Amino acid sequence: MWEEPMYTQALNAGAVGAGQPPGEDAALLARFQERVDADQRIEPNDAMPEAYRRTLIRQISQHAHSEIIGMQPEGNWLTRAPSLRRKAALLAKVQDECGHGLYLYAAAETLGIAREELVDQLLTGKAKYSSIFNYPTLSWADIGAIGWLVDGAAIMNQIPLCRCSYGPYARAMIRVCKEESFHQRQGFEIMLTLARGTSAQKAMAQDALDRWWWPCLMMFGPPDAASQHSDTSTRWKIKRFSNDELRRKFVDATVPQAHFLGLTLPDPDLRFDADSGHWEFGAIDWDELRRVIAGDGPCNADRIAARRCAHEDGAWVREAALAFAAKRQAKQAA
Amino acid sequence: MAPGPIRVAETPLVSYLLRRADDALVLGHRLSEWAGRAPTMEEDMALANMGLDLLGQARMLYAHAGEVEGRGRDEDAFAYWRDERGYRNLLLVEQPNGDFAVTIVRQFLYAAYAEPYWRAMMASGDATLAAVGAKAEKEMAYHVRHCAEWVVRLGDGTAESRARAAAALTELWPFTGELFEVDGTDRTLIAAGIAVDPQTLREPWQRTVIQVLAEATLEAPPAGFMRRGGRSGRHSEHLGHLLAEMQHLQRSNPGAAW
Repeated sequence: MWEEPMYTQALNAGAVGAGQPPGEDAALLARFQERVDADQRIEPNDAMPEAYRRTLIRQISQHAHSEIIGMQPEGNWLTRAPSLRRKAALLAKVQDECGHGLYLYAAAETLGIAREELVDQLLTGKAKYSSIFNYPTLSWADIGAIGWLVDGAAIMNQIPLCRCSYGPYARAMIRVCKEESFHQRQGFEIMLTLARGTSAQKAMAQDALDRWWWPCLMMFGPPDAASQHSDTSTRWKIKRFSNDELRRKFVDATVPQAHFLGLTLPDPDLRFDADSGHWEFGAIDWDELRRVIAGDGPCNADRIAARRCAHEDGAWVREAALAFAAKRQAKQAA
Repeated sequence: MAPGPIRVAETPLVSYLLRRADDALVLGHRLSEWAGRAPTMEEDMALANMGLDLLGQARMLYAHAGEVEGRGRDEDAFAYWRDERGYRNLLLVEQPNGDFAVTIVRQFLYAAYAEPYWRAMMASGDATLAAVGAKAEKEMAYHVRHCAEWVVRLGDGTAESRARAAAALTELWPFTGELFEVDGTDRTLIAAGIAVDPQTLREPWQRTVIQVLAEATLEAPPAGFMRRGGRSGRHSEHLGHLLAEMQHLQRSNPGAAW
């Protein structure tokens, strides 16, 4: 039922990561593990276990899908951004996300699968994307909360991926992380402006935090005890920290930021534990995450419908581009 | 900033700056409506990119209008606190996105004008306008190239894309007369060496348009009635909706900073 965290929450449970298909060469596996253990980067032409390839295709493509679907909740406020400066920054951010999607599809393609096939998996619902993008953006403050919290959580997860064993993915993450940290600072600055603004603006900021806090904690995936595939991913150095480790890191980093903003976290059990040096937080509603991943979140249907609509409405344009390219090629050959 | 709708006392220069800023803002806003909806991911990025260029131009021009007006208004006062009768943009740029052909043809017709316009404005006697020209000229050259390539691909693509491109051209052509309109505001500034005479831009615009349409196997629609009114605040019915959406948050929170 549970898959890797963050951008890879639920595809084809049980199909991958559960070891090698029967008959795969044990010697290859051993050699591969040696290279990984020696911290060597695996490159597209290198031999790799089939399950490693499939796990990465799934993880990278779902990460790419998340960038593309993630354009929607923020795009929802582009035409309503309250100042020209914010409007320009948000448009630049949405553009960056599309660019991240393109890097990641390119990285996935190095594993021997076509972008069109991956996009098809997204449109038919075979592939998933991050659960967080199934929540609606109901006020301008949500744009701040997404930058601060959602991008903040993404960075926590992606910084370790910069050292992931698969070279093309690690290199894509280095580029993505640089832009994400910029977005995260912008998001925090939006929240700061609201928190220091009128009482209506402060209420708007608090309401956004109340609605985004728990879904953001869910972005790190199920608790370690319930996470099926962590072992293989950890052994192959695709994953470097456990879901709970990353979640705790995120909470420790974010709670002081919320306090700095003068906002309250919607968790009555939240308290600082002096012995451990960590913030202890309340129970996460895992049923909600299961529901959202299964398709019953507030915006799942809308997000996919919008993506399909863009794809279908654009079909004649893509056909025109192909027909024109073919004509040009024929002319040049003649 | 003014906590309510503003009325700008428009000197010729303020009026002129607002016209150019409004063109860029409204067209940039239209492009931002495409985010996440484009036919390809590459085109999603390109449309956002062009929208950002235009937003940047609008911001510089509004800031300058605020300085010239001298009443402490910033870019947001002009963008968010004028009603549609106070907006001075061309009717062309406020036309709805329609299908991809309408968006591309609209962008192409505007960019083919704006590129030579801003290049000529680099010689403006107003130093800020000359500086905006130096930046905008490069950006609009990119818009012309990108959109011209698409006009050709659509025109010389499939039967459907050709029909859509031709329909877009027919729909938008009546809005191109306004590009070359000259009124008292223009005449004052042309005489002062601040503005370029738009009549001198007709020839380079036509040359670009005719050449690209020929390559696209499309024809320019026959000369006919040309729509006008944007410069004096008489817009199509589309602008009011665009502004209602764009301005709503500022208007419902007067005096707030964002």
